[in-house]
Parts: sequence; structure tokens; C-alpha cells
Amino acid sequence: MALGGMFRNAAAICLHLVGPFGGKKSGASLARCLHQTLVMTKQLQARRLDGIDHNPWVEFVKLASEADVVNLGQGFPDFPPPDFAVEAFQHAGYPPLTKILASFFGKLLGQDIDPLKNVLVTVGAYGALFTAFQALVDEGDEVIIIEPFFDCYEPMTLMAGGRPVFVSLKPSRNQDGELDSSSNWQLDPTELASKFTSRTKALILNTPNNPLGKVFSRAELELVASLCQQHDVVCITDEVYQWLVYDGWQHVSIANLPGMWERTLTIGSAGKTFSATGWKVGWVLGPDSLLKHLRTVHQNSVFHCPTQGQAAVAQSFEREQLHFGQPSSYFVQLPRAMQRCRDHMIQSLQSVGLRPVIPQGSYFLITDISEFKSKIPNLPGAADEPYDRRFVKWMIKNKGLMAIPVSIFYSVPHQKLFDHYIRFCFTKDESTLQAMDKRLQKWKDELRP
Amino acid sequence: MFLARGRLCTLGNRPKFLKTICASKILGLSTSACKAVVWSRQAKHSLGWGWGQDIVAVRNEATVLLPEIWAASVAVFSQDLSAQDPVPSSGMEWVELVHSCVCERDLIMLVTVVPRHCRSQPPCTLHRPHYPDVWSNTSLDCFCEDIFQKMSLKFKNAKRIEGLDSNVWIEFTKLAADPSVVNLGQGLPDISPPVYVKEELSKIAAIDSLNQYTRGFGHPSLVKALSCLYEKFYQNQINPNKEILVTVGAYGSLFNAIQGLIDEGDEVIVIVPFYDCYEPMVRMAGAIPIFIPLRSKPLDGKKWSSSDWTLDPQELASKFNSKTKAIILNTPHNPLGKVYTKDELQVIADLCIKYDTLCISDEVYEWLVYTGNKHFKIATFPGMWERTVTIGSAGKTFSVTGWKLGWSIGPKHLMKHLQTVQQNTVYTCATPLQEALAQALWIDIKRMDDPECYFNSLPKELEVKRNRMVHLLESVGLKPIVPDGGYFIIADVSSLDTDLSDMKNSNEPYDYKFVKWMTKNKKLSAIPVSAFCNAETKLQFEKFVRFCFIKKDSTLDAAEEIIKAWSRQKF
Repeated sequence: MALGGMFRNAAAICLHLVGPFGGKKSGASLARCLHQTLVMTKQLQARRLDGIDHNPWVEFVKLASEADVVNLGQGFPDFPPPDFAVEAFQHAGYPPLTKILASFFGKLLGQDIDPLKNVLVTVGAYGALFTAFQALVDEGDEVIIIEPFFDCYEPMTLMAGGRPVFVSLKPSRNQDGELDSSSNWQLDPTELASKFTSRTKALILNTPNNPLGKVFSRAELELVASLCQQHDVVCITDEVYQWLVYDGWQHVSIANLPGMWERTLTIGSAGKTFSATGWKVGWVLGPDSLLKHLRTVHQNSVFHCPTQGQAAVAQSFEREQLHFGQPSSYFVQLPRAMQRCRDHMIQSLQSVGLRPVIPQGSYFLITDISEFKSKIPNLPGAADEPYDRRFVKWMIKNKGLMAIPVSIFYSVPHQKLFDHYIRFCFTKDESTLQAMDKRLQKWKDELRP
Repeated sequence: MFLARGRLCTLGNRPKFLKTICASKILGLSTSACKAVVWSRQAKHSLGWGWGQDIVAVRNEATVLLPEIWAASVAVFSQDLSAQDPVPSSGMEWVELVHSCVCERDLIMLVTVVPRHCRSQPPCTLHRPHYPDVWSNTSLDCFCEDIFQKMSLKFKNAKRIEGLDSNVWIEFTKLAADPSVVNLGQGLPDISPPVYVKEELSKIAAIDSLNQYTRGFGHPSLVKALSCLYEKFYQNQINPNKEILVTVGAYGSLFNAIQGLIDEGDEVIVIVPFYDCYEPMVRMAGAIPIFIPLRSKPLDGKKWSSSDWTLDPQELASKFNSKTKAIILNTPHNPLGKVYTKDELQVIADLCIKYDTLCISDEVYEWLVYTGNKHFKIATFPGMWERTVTIGSAGKTFSVTGWKLGWSIGPKHLMKHLQTVQQNTVYTCATPLQEALAQALWIDIKRMDDPECYFNSLPKELEVKRNRMVHLLESVGLKPIVPDGGYFIIADVSSLDTDLSDMKNSNEPYDYKFVKWMTKNKKLSAIPVSAFCNAETKLQFEKFVRFCFIKKDSTLDAAEEIIKAWSRQKF
């Protein structure tokens, strides 16, 4: 195995300055000039990373940080977590989080939940998703993903060697003039059924949905449930926004439906529950027969999650258990407050010709930018770049407002069909919404001839 | 047909189906016989059948038929059929109904309620045509087989984690959980972290923005602090955004590095003994671990030190070939405490360069190096920066293992792949902890030459504890290997010639049995060193047991009490 030929620059220098291998010189100057690119003849990165190295957030978050923008893009609250949660983090003791989750969700799901067997605490709901995919999805397995989808579902499926199979929520016709609602966006039952094959291992469900804000109804979940049971498929349900439900809509957990507990993994997030996304504490609830495989992945990837965050979340849930259902409950106050933010934003966005789709839940709403697509179709951007991405970049640059193009939540073949929507996050402080109003006003003034 | 869940379904606790049966009794149909089959998923056949007048009787009969199985807690399942309205009308629907009652255990007892007059074959279709004809023993067998065949396909784990489910810590942590046991096993400090570290976290939790998502690859102020700290050692600027990644503990860095850079079929060299996660992580990536043990030089009367344990250069060279993708290095070493010398690292570096191999260097104990020793970073050797990922840990640096923050440092063409894994696994680490860590680092970076600096004061504190442990272990006839670094010490326990005959499970290595005996009889726990070995090398290290000494004085005092009493007993 000759030394030359492996490297290009570095090896030549190495040979000259260090002598035959075994040389002992290692001065600082040598180190400096050897910061070269490694040229390995074998493939450097693992093949499992093929196609998943690009991440849309990196691009958009960078853009937002470069310009002076009101950031309504990435989904995080810009108001603080409730006081009791902050205090819990500061003085965290250590009531086991699994115990309180088992107790809290046991009541909610009407299920006997064992803290050791039916609960796994993870690094955010993101970590829960990763653990579930790695544990259950094998090479060649198919995973049904409902579009629009939180962007990580696809790369996580691919990283596990699985094949994503997409099925789209589609808006049904609605009254002209009236604003569309996320409840109008539905799955075609026949189309959904056709996506199940003998290779389907799992279906990933997200309710309330990001980016649409759709809250799946019981009937819709029953359809999904019956197909999962018929085809013996595992249902991974991402319910991070379960408390953020508006207008009297009800969040339904598919694990509650008959025959579903045994085949469902229910994922939750402390970050979204307590407006503390930086804590990165999430969890999975499910039957031991499935969770045992997630535990294996967990113990071979991170093993433990930070204690501080877990203790704080446990204490916060304990507090909530005492106040559950009452006006003092954070789970009552938060959605109420967020609904006001939502309504404020819906009102304001319309003033410039954006047409928001009223979300039933979650942190987000999408708005139809078709009017702009027809009025200013030729915005700068790459040749094949979907319109909504070009629009967002234009909006950041010219209007000082940031949102996220909805096409990133669609599979590549479908991006062109859904390139006339952008997503706004409305769980923001009053001051942020006012800043948004100011910019929208300016925009509106510019529209007048 | 119904399945009973959790506990046996007695007559007082009937699901709707039984009520239906009873109702039909009123209507003149006689229904009171039950037949049960006990089926083993593992054995893939039934273990016995029973008849009874009612569920209780069936259970009794099963108990008689299969007492040992009953003792091993047979799981009996029941489905609340109140949701199954109407009652399934075809055999296929019954199969589907059963499918949906996933069993979580190996044994399942299926109970069928059979009309009395249909007890004998052939199946009776007179009154309840929708009973499946499965009450003959053979057809019950087929029925179960069918269910479990289908179930086993879909609910099986992905191949990548096959065989990786056992974990030594789970077993030994349980053993040491008894509060009367002095726990010198798992490596977690019971000394307090520095006060300013805890204070920083407390302050930070009150700052609003620090409770929300931060930069995925590492909180800006933290990567800046790490860059500033490590520049001194690498004698070069380290780009905080491209050459540093913050992960969920050093464990997370190991995972990211292995998932990002190691492919199926690659070979990865692992030095034995090894921190236990290296092997399963390598296997999970579909790669092949190639093991090479550290071997002890003969002692010339002097004290046994971790530096006496070395790699044979020829043996090491023989492990490298064109398929070798990486070598995992751990210095200071867990469990031995070995601090690799410059020459030893040069041998490894030369081979890495010759065979175009990557080096994953786990340096979590980098600050814990004792008098007369120096920690060297292999990434600073010529030709090594561009092929090395160096891993560090906040938990070990500041005695805050519960924070689970670690980092990887390396050239951007390697780090970008670790970043890809990060963005597809956890995306970001906890913000408040990262900020607190950054602040704590700044405090110590400013006083690197000060004896008060934690990077200087901790090793001094630990060296005293190390010396105390060495003395204690020697006093009871154990042969410790004095570690040059880290916070563990291993000792040869074979000279004690302890009688372990009452420890069951003679298949276990000697050190496993010794530790269990010592925990039980001496109330002192440790970790068997063969837990850090692969199957083939376990025998080479089964005389050794690992003790952790990053413990407060009262813990070490308690250990001393036990050891003194132990040695008195012997003489």
C-alpha cells in the first residue's frame, strides 16, 4: 500500500518534511500547512448519508440572519416559557420523568402505561422520530408519508434505507371569497388505500399538522387506523402540537382508537408543550413490543438524555396535572393566547393580498400567494426553483418579512404543484406581531398605484 | 373467540362477548365450555390445551397441564369486545381481530368459548355459524401459527439493531441500586461540580431566548469558547462553525462519527479493553470490528502501572488492511487509565497514514492526567489533522455527566458528515446547557495557568484519591494497576482466590461472578473488566475488576471500612 497516490498535496509535503514514515517532527508550522483536504480513495462518508446532506433550514435561517427581518419563519416562540417551567429548570430536582409521563398520558389515552416499558424519553421529538425509524425501518421497507410533511420524515426514512411513499392532502373546493380552512384539506380514501403494499412497514401521521395546521378528525383517523390494521402496519404519530388546537376543535390520538395502541408509537415534545424548544426533551409512548427496539437504538446512540431538562419537564407536568382542565392550566391558556395571535396574523396578512388558510391547530398557517404568482411571476432565482422559494427570498430582501416556502414540505415530484403557498409561524410575542404589522403596512402602501 | 389481557378473565369480569353467550344461553343455547391453548412464540408451537366449564376452570386445568409455564407467568390476553360490534362473522375477521391484539410476551393463551354441544369435532355450525372451526387442536395450532407468522414479520426490529439489545450497565446498575452498597462501579462522580458551573445554569434558565432552539451544530457562544480553548492545543485556528460540532454527550459524537463515516462492510479497529459502546455502534453501522488487546509487559518488581500495558506494533500493523476505514483510539483510556505516549501515538499515526485510515479519538478524560504524564492529541501529529475526529465531553470536564454535552473537532471535510447525521437525528442540543457550559469554559479559559482553574484543580484532587485507592486495594491483596489518567483503576482479583462456588451461572466470566459476589457479600460494587471486551478476549481480562474513584471522601471512607474489614477477615 504505497504512500504516494493516496494523497495529492499533503502526502508530498509529508514525505519531504517528515522523512520516511516513522518521522518524529511535529512542529506548529507543519501542522498549519497540513490543513489540506483529505483525498481518500475509498468513499469517505457512509452511503447512508447519500441524498440527505442538504437541509433547507440551513439556507433559510442563514438568509434570515443576514437581513434585517421580522422572523416568522422557523417555528419557535419568541416569548418565554411559563414561570413555573423556568423555575423548574433552575431548581431541578429529579422526579423521574417517565413516571409522570406514564401517569399523565395514561389518563389521557385511557391506557395502562408502564413508565419503564411504555415510555422512552428522547432528545426532543426529533430524536424520538429518529429512534423510531432506525428501530423499525429496514432496507426496502416502505413508509407512507402524508404531504405536506415536516421535512425530516423523508431523510430519516432514507437514512434507514427505507422507501418513502407519498400521499397528498388536497384542498377541496371552497366558497369563493371565503378563507380556506385546514379542515378542507383531505386525503382521498381510495388513493390512500392504494399506497399500502405488502412492503409497507409504517405510516407517519402528524396531527396537528405542520405546516398546514390540520387537526385530523376522528373519522379521518379511523380510516387510517383501519388501513393500518388491515395491512399490519405500524403507525408513528407525531403529536407535538397536541395542545395547540383552536376554535373548539379536538385533538384525537390515534392510539386511542380500538386496536391501535398495540401498533402505534405516539411522539410528544416538551419544547412545544411548554414553549421551551431549547430544552430538547421529547418522548415516545407505545407498547413494549415496539419500544424495546427503540430502547436498543437509544442505548446505542445517545444512551441518556440531559437530566436537567427531564427534571424540569417532570415538574412542569406535575404542576399541569394539578391544574388540568381548569382555566389556570397552561394547556388552556396557551392555545387561547395563540389563537389570538393567529387571528391577528390572519387579519393582517390579508391586507396585502395574501390569503391565509385558517389552521385548526399548531404553530403555523400557510398562505396562498397565487395572486402574486400571477402578478409577479418572474422573481429572481435558479432555473428550476419553485416559485414559493423565490417569493420568500424576495419578501425577505424587499419587505423585511421572513416565512418558509411550503414546497420544502413536499416530495420533489410534487413541489411544482404546491409552489404557491408560504408558511408563517404566529406563536410570537405581541411586539413581533406589531413589527410585522408595520412592515405589512409599508408593503400595502407600496401596492397602491 | 376472545383473548384475555393482563389478568385472567373471571366470570365476574366478562367482556361483552361472554354476556352474549350467556344471553344466548337464556335463549336455549347451551354455551359454557371453554377451550384454551397455550402457544409459545419462540417454540412456534402450542404447549398444551385444556377444557373447562368456564374460564376459571380452564385456567386451573392449564395450571395442572403446564405448571412450570404458569409459574413463568403466562400472559393471558383479553380483548374488550365492546368495541367490536357486531361480532365478526367470518373466520377472516376473527383472524383480523386477533391480529389486533398484539401480544407482548412469548407465551399466549388463547381461550375459545365453545358451545357445549360442540365440544367434539367436527365443528358445529348449527347455532353460531360464525364460530371459526378452530376448536380442534390441530386447527388451533394452525390458527396460532398463522397469527404469529404474520405478526412476527411486521413488528420485528430492523436488522441494524439485531443482537445489540443487551447492555452491561443495565445489569450492573440494578445490582448497585441497593443503597447499602458502596458504588464504585459506574463512572459518575458523586463529588460536586464546581459552584460556578451550577450557578451559570441557574442564571441562564431565566433568560428567555435561551429556552428556545439554537444553532443545530452548536450554540454560537459555546463553539466560540471551544474554539478558543482548543486553539491553544492544536496551535492553529479552529473554525467554530465548520470544525466543531456539539453533540448529546461524547456518546453522541461517537454515534455521529460512526454513522457519518463508517459504511457496511468497513473494518474498524477497536483496542481491547474498550468503552463498551464502540462495538455495538460499529455493528449498528454494518461494519466489522477488528479487535486488538493491550498486553502487559512483565513487571520487574516495580509497581504495576497502566503504562506497562501496550500494543504490539507488529500485531497492530497486522490488523490494518485496505478495508480498514477507521481506528478508535481512547486516551486517557477507560478502564485501564493508560495515557498513550507520543511514541505510541506515532506508531498508530504512521499506520493510519500508510493505510489511509481515519482516526476517531475519544479524549473525554483529557484533563485527568496525573504527575509524570502528558496528554497528547493525535490530531496534532503530521498528516493526522485531516483524518482525525477528536471527541471531548462536558460531563467529564466539569463533573456534570447529566448535562450530556460533548463535542467533536476535526477538519471540515469530515465534520460535514457528522453534521449531516446530526441534522437527521437530534438536530440541536439543549440551549440553556450549552450557554451555561460556554460561560463555565470562559471562566476557566481565562485562568489556564492558575491552580484554581478546574482543569488543574480536578486532576490534583483526583490524584490524591487515586493514591488512596491504590493503597486500599493493595492492603486487601488485590493487585491494582496504577492509572496514569482517567478516573478508574483496575485490579487483578485472582490472587484472592475467593470461593465463588455459590454464585450461579457458571458460564459467566470470573470477574462477573466476582463483582456480583462482592456486591452481595461485601456491599461494594465495581464493574467487571470483561464487560469491556469482545467475546474472544473476555478470558484475557476476566481476572480484572474496575473501580471508579471520582467519589467524595465519605464514599471512599465507606469503601475503606469495607476493605479493612475484608482484610481483617482474611488473616
